[in-house]
Amino acid sequence: MFKNLLRRKSSREIAKDRLKILLISDRVNCSPEMMEMIKNDIAKVISKYMKIDTKSMEIQITKTGNKGRSLKNPTLYANIPILDLMNHDIP
Amino acid sequence: MSEVIVVTSGKGGVGKTTTTANVGTGLAAMGKKVILIDTDIGLRNLDVVMGLENRIVYNLVDVVEGNCRIKQAIIRDKRYPTLFLLPSAQTRDKSAVNPAQMVKMISHLKDQFDYILLDCPAGIEQGFQNAIAGADRALVVTTPEVSAIRDADRIIGLLEANEIHKIDLVINRIRSDMIRRGDMMSSEDVVDILSLPLIGMVPDDENVVIATNQGEPLVGTSTLAGKAYQNICQRVTGKEVPFLDLEKGISFWARVSGIFHKG
Repeated sequence: MFKNLLRRKSSREIAKDRLKILLISDRVNCSPEMMEMIKNDIAKVISKYMKIDTKSMEIQITKTGNKGRSLKNPTLYANIPILDLMNHDIP
Repeated sequence: MSEVIVVTSGKGGVGKTTTTANVGTGLAAMGKKVILIDTDIGLRNLDVVMGLENRIVYNLVDVVEGNCRIKQAIIRDKRYPTLFLLPSAQTRDKSAVNPAQMVKMISHLKDQFDYILLDCPAGIEQGFQNAIAGADRALVVTTPEVSAIRDADRIIGLLEANEIHKIDLVINRIRSDMIRRGDMMSSEDVVDILSLPLIGMVPDDENVVIATNQGEPLVGTSTLAGKAYQNICQRVTGKEVPFLDLEKGISFWARVSGIFHKG
């Protein structure tokens, strides 16, 4: 433990972390363009009700706790910073 | 009842042909009747790894095109009475054969052999589709490297999409010294990422190069890789064999040689 704190991350850990992220997007088979379109549409809908920070919002498809390699229960995570809960533009 | 096994990896150079040669030879040494089929049309290599390159008369494409009978193309390995090779064509390309022809040819061989091993080409194009078309199960070969594991993951997805669900993982070129330093993913790491049952762990052993130079599969020899392949053969037939503890094995020998050096 202390060894890990003192020295930099081992290349083994770096490889593992990189692969885990890489394989999720490989397996989802969802193009970056499509993700961008989903993101824009979500932003549009939420913006009807509140003011959000569209520039720093993030969306991501991840695997939930299920073990095994099938992506049977993928989850779409959206991280949307709210600037103002009340959208004063609503008439 | 015969079993048709495709040996595949996605990425090239990770050890598909070496694995095919050694697993096939090991199964034959156990008395099983085995045929190895090289499906890498245009880049055949299984013949040289097996040391049978001088005995080729006809090849896979000749069989499919009807230029010869299948028996004329099959080479019998003189070292093992139950081991046979169907070589690939060197001067043609992957489009010379299609998956339907492969399925038909394999169905003719099924009643004559216990195991049919297909050495798959690298990539995911027609050569891959040809190789997996008639397979019942797959051995996916990978090395503990990011690129090989990524390609293996893609291959596993394609195998599943093609209704091949019995897939086992062979991790090749394991270097225990690097794992101990934290510079190589361990077999647990790779299994964790790919979520496949592990059927073999093969160390990075210079004897593999020596064996390939000589055209002699090293399965069954006293080398570490030879033992690892022997164990894979046992597991292919359904026997449960404990995994070689590659780390302990090497550190033990390191300790022994250390004692000798001291003395």
